[in-house]
Amino acid sequence: MLNTDPNLPDPDEAYARLIAAHDGLSEAESHAMNARLVLILMNHIGDRTVLDEALRLAREGAGS
Amino acid sequence: MTDRGTDQYRQVFRLYPYAKLPDQQSALPVRHPVVVVGAGPVGLAVALDLSRQGVPVLLLDEAEGPGIGSRALCFAKRTLEICDRLGAAEAMVAKGVEWNLGKVFHDDRLLYEFNLLPESGHAFPAFINLQQPWFEKFLHDAIRAAQADGAPIRIRGRNRVEAVTPAGDHVSVEISTPDGPYHVEADWLIACDGARSPVRHMLGLGFEGRVFEDNFLIADVRMKGDFPTERWFWFEPHFKSGDSALLHRQPDDIWRIDFQLGWNIDRDKELEPANIRARVDAMLGPDVEYELDWCSIYTFQCRRMEKFRHDRVIFAGDSAHQLSPFGARGANSGIQDADNLCWKLKLVLEGVAPDTLLDSYEAERIQAADENILHSTRSTDFITPKSPVSRLFRNAVLDLAEQLPFARGMVNSGRLSTPCIHDGSALNGPDHSAMPRRSRPGSPCPDAPVEAGWLLRQLGPGFTLMTIDAEAPETLSAHGLTVARLALTARGNEALRERYLGKAASAVYLIRPDRHIAARWKSFDESAIGAALARAIARE
Repeated sequence: MLNTDPNLPDPDEAYARLIAAHDGLSEAESHAMNARLVLILMNHIGDRTVLDEALRLAREGAGS
Repeated sequence: MTDRGTDQYRQVFRLYPYAKLPDQQSALPVRHPVVVVGAGPVGLAVALDLSRQGVPVLLLDEAEGPGIGSRALCFAKRTLEICDRLGAAEAMVAKGVEWNLGKVFHDDRLLYEFNLLPESGHAFPAFINLQQPWFEKFLHDAIRAAQADGAPIRIRGRNRVEAVTPAGDHVSVEISTPDGPYHVEADWLIACDGARSPVRHMLGLGFEGRVFEDNFLIADVRMKGDFPTERWFWFEPHFKSGDSALLHRQPDDIWRIDFQLGWNIDRDKELEPANIRARVDAMLGPDVEYELDWCSIYTFQCRRMEKFRHDRVIFAGDSAHQLSPFGARGANSGIQDADNLCWKLKLVLEGVAPDTLLDSYEAERIQAADENILHSTRSTDFITPKSPVSRLFRNAVLDLAEQLPFARGMVNSGRLSTPCIHDGSALNGPDHSAMPRRSRPGSPCPDAPVEAGWLLRQLGPGFTLMTIDAEAPETLSAHGLTVARLALTARGNEALRERYLGKAASAVYLIRPDRHIAARWKSFDESAIGAALARAIARE
């Protein structure tokens, strides 16, 4: 099951690290990095039902 | 594939020259149990399979041998196993090229290499590369050998089917020849007449699916150099020939090169030898000497007929389903259609099985076609991303694949054709949970080494009762069929144990004539086997 409870020990710091990881990249490079990140995290999760739930949640956030 | 070359009808071998026959002057149309239309790989396999089982077949083709056209190249293990049953595989393997090493490039970077390392303990390799005209010639050679042994098969070249009219208990067929038209009647007509199937058009039947807006240039080049026997695949190649390119070897020092050209191209310009040579030079480098052997441009589509059986007219191969070339699924799935159909048609013609058995051909082969179309479409969408975000993720996969093995599993330049497992088929009987999943009912029998040679070669032409460390009578008769026993032991045979026994101490397998597993038990039970046999021939 997808964990949507708060799970990051320091959310402010985690967020800042995500943004910092994109420092100095063009928009296209950032998109490419995000795509690689998604693939790496997908593989780590592995479980199909968890991924389906995450995809659904993310899609709902896009307003459709 | 829609071939747009100009020389697709140029003949490679003249195998079945036209000859005038008494049928053509007969006042009344001659009735044939089975008429097969189209002597491509599928039509040849259907005709060969049926006639080897004693069913008289008339095979019609508008030409006198295989044309050169844009053609199948990779023949997978299951196809070779089927052709071995038909007596044609040894010549194919002897002529064909085997490869194990593949390289995947993105632009000018080598991302990774892979070695197929096929599972050991099989008579045949994972696949071979062999030009389609040779594949057809070897099937034709097997037909001539079968004829010499009395198999009732007739092939008529330059006999073009002009009209097909269903007529209740038969199908009326109008044929044109150099000596004018004639009629025959068929109890059953098998349409193996290719993706543009004239028979399908004559019956006004649809062929729905998805058109891929792309053009592929195929160049067969002859090279004498020491180019390695490897498959090289480029995504977004540095030599700027579209989204992808592929290089692999065929027999006789011929190499197949595919360039993906995109949709809006000037076809005539692309086919000019100087322009083709410019692309090939850029791919191979300036110092490689070669000759252009044959070139063509094709587009492709993924689609299938809604039904493969239309009463007494049955469609098999490309006439029923058309695929992209990625994964070599066209001819391979067509040969499996033939394999699935022939034993069923024979039992129906003999009155042993009801004609509803042929509905299972449709159900099982539509399942396979849908599986093939799914794989084929996924490969195409990976190779040619259809949206900016799809391209973004595709390139992210390629970037990661250089370092991370998990991403290599997502790189899809075509998934090699593997046979469909007919889970849920109406013909399947009981399963046994202690036995391996790979040999569950509906699966094609995995080959294995056995004392007498290879397992698949021990299976007879009919149903087989294969016992592994289990007792059973030598033959079993039920429902008009005689089932022969094949007695094996897994002692000292790890491949057989791993492929068929699993955790079970013994096993009894009921195997169909197409070497798919119908049912399995731990021990012999005559009434259970009788019931499974009835189910496997649609008599339940």
